[in-house]
Amino acid sequence: MENDVKEGGDRRNFLIKLTSVVGGAGVAAACVPFVASMNPTSDVLAKAETEVDLSGIPPGGVHTVAWQGKPVFVLHRTPEEIAAAEGTNGVIDPEPDAKRVKKPEWLVVIGVCTHMGCVPTKEGPGWTCHCHGSQYDDSGRVVRGPAPKNLAVPPYHFESDTKIIIGKA
Amino acid sequence: MSGPIINWIDKRFPLTSFVKHELTDYPTPRNLSYWWNFGFLAGIVLVLQVATGIFLAMHYKADATLAFDSIQHIMREVNYGWLLRYMHAVGASAFFFVIFVHMARTLYYGSFRAPRELLWWTGQGLLLMLMATAFMGYLLPWGQMSFWGATVITNLFKVTPFIGEQVVIWLRGDYSVGDDTLTRFFSLHYLFPFLIIGAVIVHLVALHTVKSSNPSGIDLKDKDNIPFHPYFTAKDLYGLGIFLIVYSVFVFFMPNSLIEPANNVPANPMMTPNHIVPEWYFLPFYAILRSVPNMFGGVVAMALSVMMFAFMPFLDRSRIPGGARYRPIYRLQFYLFLIDMLVLGYVGYKPPTNPSIVVVGQVATFCYFASFFVVPFVSKMEENWLIKRGLPAGIMELMEREKRDLEARKEEHRRRKGDRI
Repeated sequence: MENDVKEGGDRRNFLIKLTSVVGGAGVAAACVPFVASMNPTSDVLAKAETEVDLSGIPPGGVHTVAWQGKPVFVLHRTPEEIAAAEGTNGVIDPEPDAKRVKKPEWLVVIGVCTHMGCVPTKEGPGWTCHCHGSQYDDSGRVVRGPAPKNLAVPPYHFESDTKIIIGKA
Repeated sequence: MSGPIINWIDKRFPLTSFVKHELTDYPTPRNLSYWWNFGFLAGIVLVLQVATGIFLAMHYKADATLAFDSIQHIMREVNYGWLLRYMHAVGASAFFFVIFVHMARTLYYGSFRAPRELLWWTGQGLLLMLMATAFMGYLLPWGQMSFWGATVITNLFKVTPFIGEQVVIWLRGDYSVGDDTLTRFFSLHYLFPFLIIGAVIVHLVALHTVKSSNPSGIDLKDKDNIPFHPYFTAKDLYGLGIFLIVYSVFVFFMPNSLIEPANNVPANPMMTPNHIVPEWYFLPFYAILRSVPNMFGGVVAMALSVMMFAFMPFLDRSRIPGGARYRPIYRLQFYLFLIDMLVLGYVGYKPPTNPSIVVVGQVATFCYFASFFVVPFVSKMEENWLIKRGLPAGIMELMEREKRDLEARKEEHRRRKGDRI
């Protein structure tokens, strides 16, 4: 008789533990749709590609276009700017200029400061971010912190000599 | 209270006994100064913010294409919309002002010490919730400052190890702050005040368990306590009158003095304003964020700077009651800390391009944390010095008794542990 109770107790404890685990897993699973609903929606994901006409950008000029809601700088570099960019590897996040461009006269970078996400302003050679004082050169490489990384290069390709598509390499 | 209706209720719900216990007969130290008004004032501002907020929400549109214009609609076309909005905007600043004074009083008089640690920590939680609510509310007008403030602050989550980028995208619901971000911030901005109300109830339950501290720092005997009503209801309402005069001056005569002009320009994701600053109540913490040259370090330092207050019950080792009132060195530390906060606020307001401002910010940030870290040592040395200099016999006796009680509790704990083995 005592044995029965004891075994019954073990079985009950086991069942309580099992039910708690299954119940906990159920609650966790029920949280998934709520958390997932905060991720980007399908129509946000659909704004994937942007076409840019380069013919209107004079040498030394920069155009800012929107891609996935973010600004992208398209800079038509002069021969002097190209020479200056190729002459250095950057300071904080070293990278050769050749790896950052598809054609030396066109620099395409995402215009979002890698520090806190502000949009840097074109000032003299390169860009300055007025939020926290980071500076970038004409290859979009960070030359003064606090930004930790170079301006990102988005995936893009030349459709023709005067047209690029941003969003697909 | 009496009367047939009250009687009928009292048989079913403890109305009279509750009011008696928590309000009319609630024992309150007779020596509370006006610095003890600010908890009550914070409660009133919370009510004002919820009331104005609910009516503003009847006219506001949480949609990136409509939000900015709906604020103009509230200001120009809604009956008394200008008043509701200015009350709400000024109310946010008033809330932080009142809370900062409330915290400063707790720090000055050492009210965070045993047995009021949980009271202090629930207050710390309330401060964090208040900051989150204010930050999300600031995005809603969808001006340039709103947009870039939200961009910078959501970007802070990029330092989350391994999944930083995904966390930022998840928080925003987009690759940059956008329509989805605005809508969810509105939803949460409406939710949080009700969580705050819940936490305030917890805060008050803790308060009514340990009762108010007082400027002497000594728990008063029953004969030195007086009922909360009418004495402190009257004192609190007098303080409320003064507060409302100042509040009204801001609401009616200088409502834009605390609103950044750049926020009257609609949000533009393609252009950052030349100088972005947070609201005044975030400036010292923002200065700390900027003062650390490394991004991860900066975010950690900023989070720590807000949380440092929670450690005070552990850091302050002095047993002298009454906080800064009877502790000259602690009082000096307190005022130096206030000055440091003001310096940090100034640095946070200035653009970071000036190198000397950066250095001042770094020194002030160092002083901010250092002033917490020296507390354990300085408080102990100060206590020894004060005892050597001579304390009133009553105070010595009180401290000896507290020490004996603590020893007895420790002994009891050890004995019980021994029994179990």
